[in-house]
Amino acid sequence: MTAPLGKDLLGLEFLSAEQITLILDTAEPLREISERAIKKVPTLRGATVVNLFFEASTRTRISFEFAEKRMSADTVNVSTAGSSVSKGETLVDTAKNLEAMRIDMVVIRHGSSGAARFLAERIESSVINAGDGTHEHPTQGLLDLLTLRQRFGTLVGKRICICGDVLHSRVARSNIWGLTKLGAEVAVCGPRSLLPNAIEDFGVQVFDRIEQAIEWADALNILRLQLERMTAGYIPSLREYNRVFGVTRERLDRAPRDLLIMHPGPMNRGVEIDSEVADGPHSVILDQVTNGVAVRMAVLYLLAGNTPALAEAAKGGDR
Amino acid sequence: MSTASTIVLNARALERTVARMAHEIVERADGTERLVLVGIQRRGVQLADRIAAVIDAREQVTVPRGALDITLYRDDLQTVGPRPIVGKTELPWEIDGTTLCIVDDVLYTGRTIRAALDELADFGRPARIMLAVLIDRGGRELPIHADVVGRLVDVPKGGRVDVGVLEVDGKDEVTMTGGAEDA
Repeated sequence: MTAPLGKDLLGLEFLSAEQITLILDTAEPLREISERAIKKVPTLRGATVVNLFFEASTRTRISFEFAEKRMSADTVNVSTAGSSVSKGETLVDTAKNLEAMRIDMVVIRHGSSGAARFLAERIESSVINAGDGTHEHPTQGLLDLLTLRQRFGTLVGKRICICGDVLHSRVARSNIWGLTKLGAEVAVCGPRSLLPNAIEDFGVQVFDRIEQAIEWADALNILRLQLERMTAGYIPSLREYNRVFGVTRERLDRAPRDLLIMHPGPMNRGVEIDSEVADGPHSVILDQVTNGVAVRMAVLYLLAGNTPALAEAAKGGDR
Repeated sequence: MSTASTIVLNARALERTVARMAHEIVERADGTERLVLVGIQRRGVQLADRIAAVIDAREQVTVPRGALDITLYRDDLQTVGPRPIVGKTELPWEIDGTTLCIVDDVLYTGRTIRAALDELADFGRPARIMLAVLIDRGGRELPIHADVVGRLVDVPKGGRVDVGVLEVDGKDEVTMTGGAEDA
């Protein structure tokens, strides 16, 4: 087996259930590395990874950087501010220049949907999508799947409801692709103004009321409500959003079973999720963060070795 | 060279060999006081468990045992690519100052053991590291040798030795394909 995932990781839409399961199975034992005194393995020694972030990000960028460093890759961070991007250089020119300095992988976060694929088709290095516009955020989807699988054992037949601003959410898209491929039932819940048209075509149920979602689901993945949605007129006010769609302890108390609570962060406490729920006994929000590093280590590992030398020398291993 | 496989050790012989290895390990480690056993994923883990069980019963102790997966320490990622399955590494105690015995099923090129030594160095500094293998098939590419050997088998390059253990493969058996056993 030479390149189990191919050259790039662009989205969960393009992976098979077997490939997704392989990433999760690889991530599982990698969690232990972060518990060691020396949190490092030499696997990617000599590989150079560029983190190319055209959008603000704290958690994802740090998580990728930890993953890269714990696999012993050399990392370079490029962000829009203070780089030639702010001087008007195009995405491809930036990447081609980086590639001329001999890099192996690019992790890209970009505001435009499809930016990761656009780049992947134009450079030799492996490209990992760290979020492109409202399209996909595959590593977030994978860490959500890993967290759910750890709690449930299997995703087959489990009911997951994605709540909130599905319209603008790449996390929601990656979740829907990944969950349905692994056999889970998926629903979405939110104001109609924040749900895509024809969302049913994804094969998901739609709930207009959060109470229905809570009654139906085994787990809620609660999306961040971006505050600028209010000024753009998608919702009347944050207070009203919380009153109608907020996940509160009172609402969860009425659920027929205990629900797993997930959130990709950063949270707006008191808007889409109440503090009591976020910090409650069924919250796995911090497990998601821990799993994020392991999943990204797994992706880096499975994409590594994707070099021309590998294609030539691909042969059976020794002991 | 025949392609038919021959049995090197059957279940009974494997049991006797493991018992003898256990005694030899204790002898070489000067007792069990600081002895820990670390099996290499996968079948080294089960063999380490067997050896530990023999030592435990005979010496009335509980020898600590761990597991080491060396996949991430291999030196062939750039030429062979990622291995699909990464196993668990479990060393739930300090290894500093221990007499650590690495247990593996087959010793061949020595590259697995090189990787294991590198990985152990990231966990601590044992007072001494020993190597016990069920089968030594020759063909070393690195200056590594085993302290305790279950069976020495001469297998030409291209030949195979397959170690089966009950827990993983459904039966205890060592077979060889394409080679002659050393007398």
